[in-house]
Amino acid sequence: MYATSYHRASSVEEAVQLRSAHEEGKYLSGGMTLISTMKQRLAAPSDLVDLRHIPALRGISIEGRRVKIGAATPHADVAASQELRALCPAICDLASHIGDPHVRQMGTIGGSIANNDPAADYPAGLLGLGATIVTDRRSISADDFFVGLFETALEEGEMVTAVLFDAPEKAGYAKFNNPASRFAMTGVFVAKTASGVRVAVTGAGSDGVFRHPGLEQALTSSWSADALANVSVDPSSLLSDLHANAEYRANLVKVMAKRAVAAAG
Amino acid sequence: MTRTIHLSLDINGKQHELDVEPRVTLLDALRESLALTGTKKGCDQGQCGACTCHVDGKRVLSCLTLAAQVEGRQITTIEGIAAEGGDLHPVQAAFIENDAFQCGYCTPGQIMSAVACIREGHAGSEEEIREYMSGNLCRCGAYNSIVAAVREAAEMAATGVAAKDKAEVA
Repeated sequence: MYATSYHRASSVEEAVQLRSAHEEGKYLSGGMTLISTMKQRLAAPSDLVDLRHIPALRGISIEGRRVKIGAATPHADVAASQELRALCPAICDLASHIGDPHVRQMGTIGGSIANNDPAADYPAGLLGLGATIVTDRRSISADDFFVGLFETALEEGEMVTAVLFDAPEKAGYAKFNNPASRFAMTGVFVAKTASGVRVAVTGAGSDGVFRHPGLEQALTSSWSADALANVSVDPSSLLSDLHANAEYRANLVKVMAKRAVAAAG
Repeated sequence: MTRTIHLSLDINGKQHELDVEPRVTLLDALRESLALTGTKKGCDQGQCGACTCHVDGKRVLSCLTLAAQVEGRQITTIEGIAAEGGDLHPVQAAFIENDAFQCGYCTPGQIMSAVACIREGHAGSEEEIREYMSGNLCRCGAYNSIVAAVREAAEMAATGVAAKDKAEVA
């Protein structure tokens, strides 16, 4: 790891100020990707601004069916929240299968979506739920937030502070994970929301998380796994790597979508 | 940027003062600066779990945590879980009782993870233990004995009978 400096922010304002004072600085949340990347010398921020000591960024609050999750809330807290489980069990189940128990204690929802790993789970969950991502300066819809591989709509120095969503009528998530890393080789989140059915796919797209209109239309006509039987998934925009080729992933998208619908009930 | 910073870390109930570079991980601080070498460096990239410690009672990977991040937190390492009189922690006793290791390198991490796994309430069945111990690899493949040790320690925690007492009775 290259040398760096460490700053601990105690408020969002302080964090943004510290970050803007260091052009080559980075926000540090759980660090489960960033520190590993720094160790491999693939990232070399001059300064780290630690966000995990900002009370306002942590915790889950629920008003009616409106859910707000603070950006520095670790996956383990989302997985264990009984209040959230009562409204949207799919997002708790998704969080409970990220990485391993150690990673879930440190890794945070804000860090995960800001990193936007093409095989991460939360991007599918938030895109599937039609969530809103709140930053220190604006609100961004999930449809606009996830731009490409490790790329988001966040501007230089912009920081995710929370995610907001309305609990869906039904939702489910299923992933076929890489047995070693637990990253999704393909993961599908399905949700029946007030504004319609949404299906988001992670781990499979060559440009990161995406919605699948064909699967959405089929589930809009009939919310059942059988309704997906005749939907075709085009492999031409899917990833091929040593774990699975695009055709195999195309098949996984359908299989995981069916399982997600079954999980949603 | 290569300057050192002063940290005051609460480790196993004692305050430790150290001067380290900001990039130093908790794992390296423990091993290199404080001579607490019970915490092991396996992969050093967050995959094997050999470096598992507790921060405020939660299990974390000390290789992916900077020492600076945990200043002001309560850190517990394998050196800090036995009773003051020297009696082994029930999970340590259960690992010996069940021969839950071969080379022993992953064992401190396995034990720290197991203590947290039981405390979290995720040791109810063999399947649950395997899932919630999945962050700790054992390249000798002592998994069956590790699972047995965790089960036994979990049962002991529930019933209050220590493994060594059970052994003496037997």
